[in-house]
Amino acid sequence: MAETEPLIDVRGLSRSFGALRANDGIDLTVLPGEIHAVIGPNGAGKTTMIGLLAGEVAPDAGAIRFRGQDITGLTVQERALRGLARSFQITSLCRGFTALENVMLAVQARSDHSFRFLRRVHRDRALVDPARDALDAMGLLARADTCASYLSHGEQRQLELAIALAMQPALLLLDEPAAGMSPDETRRLVAIINGLRRRTGVLLVEHDMDTVFALADRITVLVYGKVIATGTPDAIRADPAVRDAYLGHATVAA
Amino acid sequence: MADALSGASGRLRLSVGAGGAILLALPWILVALDEPFFIGVCVRFLAYGLAAAALDLILGYGGLVSFGQAAFFGIGAYTAGVMIHHATDGSVLLAWPIAIGGSTHALLVLPLAALVAAALAAGIGVISLRTGGVYFIMITLAFAQMVYFIVLSFPQYGGTDGLMLMARNAAPGLDLADETTLYYVSLVALAAFLWFGRRLARSRFGMVLRGARENERRMRALGFAIVRYRLAAFVISGAVTGLAGALLANQSGFVSPDLLSWQRSGEIMVMVVLGGMGTLFGPVLGAVALLLLEEVLQGWTEHWMLILGPLLLGVVLFTRGGLWGALSGERAGDG
Repeated sequence: MAETEPLIDVRGLSRSFGALRANDGIDLTVLPGEIHAVIGPNGAGKTTMIGLLAGEVAPDAGAIRFRGQDITGLTVQERALRGLARSFQITSLCRGFTALENVMLAVQARSDHSFRFLRRVHRDRALVDPARDALDAMGLLARADTCASYLSHGEQRQLELAIALAMQPALLLLDEPAAGMSPDETRRLVAIINGLRRRTGVLLVEHDMDTVFALADRITVLVYGKVIATGTPDAIRADPAVRDAYLGHATVAA
Repeated sequence: MADALSGASGRLRLSVGAGGAILLALPWILVALDEPFFIGVCVRFLAYGLAAAALDLILGYGGLVSFGQAAFFGIGAYTAGVMIHHATDGSVLLAWPIAIGGSTHALLVLPLAALVAAALAAGIGVISLRTGGVYFIMITLAFAQMVYFIVLSFPQYGGTDGLMLMARNAAPGLDLADETTLYYVSLVALAAFLWFGRRLARSRFGMVLRGARENERRMRALGFAIVRYRLAAFVISGAVTGLAGALLANQSGFVSPDLLSWQRSGEIMVMVVLGGMGTLFGPVLGAVALLLLEEVLQGWTEHWMLILGPLLLGVVLFTRGGLWGALSGERAGDG
């Protein structure tokens, strides 16, 4: 794995809000097919980092290379079209649309043929079929025709992920995908992310340590906007600086 | 039309069918009642209905509160007016670099009105759509006011007095000077746009337009450059509004800067809200209702706005989905 070129290569990424250095010289790589988790206490700058990678926040310094190209200056939608998909920490859906329609939009975005004015999307198998597959993968197929605003919180989180999957990204940014999910839903989520391994790069920001240690190939620990450690789950668990700064003296789940 | 209603409820089909039948039969009914004068009034309903439906395309589906629709309405009317004016008094529109005269040819003038309005919408849209929310409302209003004052500054076209038109548009076998012909031409234009707009709402393009209203951030994260789609919708809306203006100019035989005023923009917006946003049919009903109310109330009292205001408030507060929602059971966001 060490020989392969990273999928995304982040160098010296920095962003301040006033006096607060939310991200301070972050270096990070995600290799193709790798599941890379980012952990850190509240306020460590995880969400800012996702924003910087997705293109919603502009960096003060640093560079992001994605699949060998510099994408630091690209907009959110340009990055998305190059294969960088994200899920939102706080569910962000088209609430008036059905679950199926939400996913169909993701399929449509990828197909790049949206200046079509007359043909009805619901009869467009090129949109409907992949969208139903993505819902099926998340166990949401039975709710396909339910309006997104009527889905339970857990279902909305699953839909959020179905949308990201339907984009067939090269790199998936997952911002706390398990937030608010039931244990059952979380188990399903872990299985699905596990299934992406070696097909899609995943950058996972997550609070739930069970999920992180169950999934991650490598873990990066962020504290006060700085990377204090990167390594395998075992190395991170053994790292004294990490134990000090973040894990405290609590027992880390195996 | 049924094609645009697949999956619609029986009540919705009935409402559309009844509305269509009434509009089709209206000239005969009015002639039978010996009131042919009202055919002209009904042409006004159709023209305003078309303008309101065109606004609904961007307001109801796109969530874009354009407060500058009068610019497109007025510029369409003036395009028809100026072409007819030059044709009837034999003067030239443009002497250099090539001499261009006026024309009364319907198949030239009506598309030209739509085209000029579309070009104006493209220019205004490119700049306005960079903003959002209240800023978008204000900047479209500001542009419309600019167009208003530009038109005022042409003394050869009457300035504040407006321009009397000595003829109407005509094409072989289609003389709009005949009120009934003008009525049916307007009705065909309206029906065609309603069919197109309803189909558009469920097309790929419509999904992007409506999705961007629902959640702009999500649409960007999916990879949609949403300004392009909004601009396309804005231009379509402008073009259709321009055509509506040209039809109105034909009916009234008169164009004036009043058509470009911000009050006109407000009136078109009231028609959309009154009828029911995001349904296209609703705004047509809203246009008919508002114009009828104005006529009736003006006959009663000069303080008619005192009555109209509370009536509008009542509809907005107590009928979800406007008059069309109350009639057909359809609300924006359905389907």
